[in-house]
Amino acid sequence: MTIALVDGNNFYVSCERVFNPKLENRPVVVLSNNDGCAVARSSEVKALGVKMGTPWFQMKDLARKHGIVALSSNYALYADMSNRMMAVLGQFSPDQEIYSIDECFLGLEGFSHLDLVEYGKQIRQRVKQWVGIPVCVGIAETKTLAKLANHCAKKNLAGSDGVCDFNRMSGHELSSLFSSIEVGEIWGVGRQLTRKLVELGISTVEDLRTADARTLRDRFSVVLERTVAELNGTPCIEIEHDVPNKQQIISSRSFGSYVYDLEPLKEAVASYIAIAAEKLRGQGSLAGMVQVYIRTNPHKDAPQYQRGLTIPMPEATDDTFRLTRAALWGLKRIYRTGYAYQKAGVALLNLTDAKNRQMSLFSTAKDNTKLMQVMDRINAIWGRGTLRSAAEGIEKGWKMKRERMSPCYTTCWGQVPIVA
Amino acid sequence: MPSLSLPPPCIALSGLPLLAKPVPAGFPSPAADYYEERLSLDEHLIEHREATFFVRVQGHSMTGFGIHDGDLLVVDRALEPQDRQVVIAVVDGAFTVKQLCKLQNGVLLRSGAKGHVDILVSGDQELIVWGVVRWSIHQI
Repeated sequence: MTIALVDGNNFYVSCERVFNPKLENRPVVVLSNNDGCAVARSSEVKALGVKMGTPWFQMKDLARKHGIVALSSNYALYADMSNRMMAVLGQFSPDQEIYSIDECFLGLEGFSHLDLVEYGKQIRQRVKQWVGIPVCVGIAETKTLAKLANHCAKKNLAGSDGVCDFNRMSGHELSSLFSSIEVGEIWGVGRQLTRKLVELGISTVEDLRTADARTLRDRFSVVLERTVAELNGTPCIEIEHDVPNKQQIISSRSFGSYVYDLEPLKEAVASYIAIAAEKLRGQGSLAGMVQVYIRTNPHKDAPQYQRGLTIPMPEATDDTFRLTRAALWGLKRIYRTGYAYQKAGVALLNLTDAKNRQMSLFSTAKDNTKLMQVMDRINAIWGRGTLRSAAEGIEKGWKMKRERMSPCYTTCWGQVPIVA
Repeated sequence: MPSLSLPPPCIALSGLPLLAKPVPAGFPSPAADYYEERLSLDEHLIEHREATFFVRVQGHSMTGFGIHDGDLLVVDRALEPQDRQVVIAVVDGAFTVKQLCKLQNGVLLRSGAKGHVDILVSGDQELIVWGVVRWSIHQI
């Protein structure tokens, strides 16, 4: 089955640019929690050689010299824009798997009669027009290859106009292309694995693709064997990726039998959160956003429905209870009766180090209910942060600095854009 | 009988409504079969959910079109801007609300009140239309 991987270009920066056109063509970075490091860089900033994760204090001189605009992460905005983008992408295929805040796989089974490159261009055009986010589209027979095709589209290594379809290229062209791409660019091949592979003489994508899968399985893992198979066009990777991904934690499962009611879906989602939260604590991280999604069986001849929702957390947390509440809140919003759900899943996104946890003067959530409600109502009208916990002001070292945050353009009435 | 109501989930999400109270169990209502969804402004005003955004008006340049200072505009990015529609355009990096008038060579962004300038965009200049204004919401 042909698969497309669509992802946003410099997603956080692009979100900011939709509502602040002055940022177009200017070097922009978005900073992580506590205005710590660059978590998103515009192409202009990348061209200046700034690497992902560069601490802001290290960049200040460069910023002054080149007029780099630095913004604090505006999670509420990015979550909303992501939800919009994913909803638009869902129009292009009933088989959609949201992979992260700005990436999505689309299964293109049954679309083979179409010119897929044209289709990819339509996807780009619609997302750019409807939501304002520029995206690239990679098309291939497996997820691993689709991700690679997307990379080629984005860096202009193959394809054109932000769309790259590997099925349009000859075996020879692909070999040549793969020989020019580092093995570390492959989905699932991280820094450590790259080092080990290079030691074995595997330094390009082509090297890995033509390597002996069995030997790799014995030396490394079955996951790498699957990656090699995928590079050769044999699909085997499910969305539940075995390789622990520090940037996000996904927990999902297809159901043994179809689920129709909300209650069992709630139980499933709660259990996935529990699993994911355990992994989260295990790796010493906090999650800033929760994503929840449900879908029917795309291969069944029945009414289709798939929706996902990204929910920003008021503060990054590893508390199962809080994460569950957020996920269930999202689930209630996306659930519709009358569908045979085959799969549900959650993802914990925007992971940060637990060492930077904000201390709270209050005890566990139960006692905070009424207070939280008042705070929520006031913050909904006047903007997040209007009312904060006293702890934010007392322990300066713990205070989450977001001094350069743009307005919550789409989630707060008091902060919508002004037109004259 | 002790109350079974749980405190509603409290998630501090800016601008999003809190969930309603839990629904009590009881005998079925005779009106249940005839239940229709109450009128929703969202459904009435918004055609393309993913592409609809709200903006706030500042100034009096469009009063002739029924758009007043402080009004909330419902803007749809999914629509192809047609001649004579009121749009949000980006001029010199700033948002402006104007009527789009297509000319032989270029576009005129027309304001809707005396004393306010129109903006002429020639054929070779870049014009960015951010979205089409569908509704203006004016508080009395």
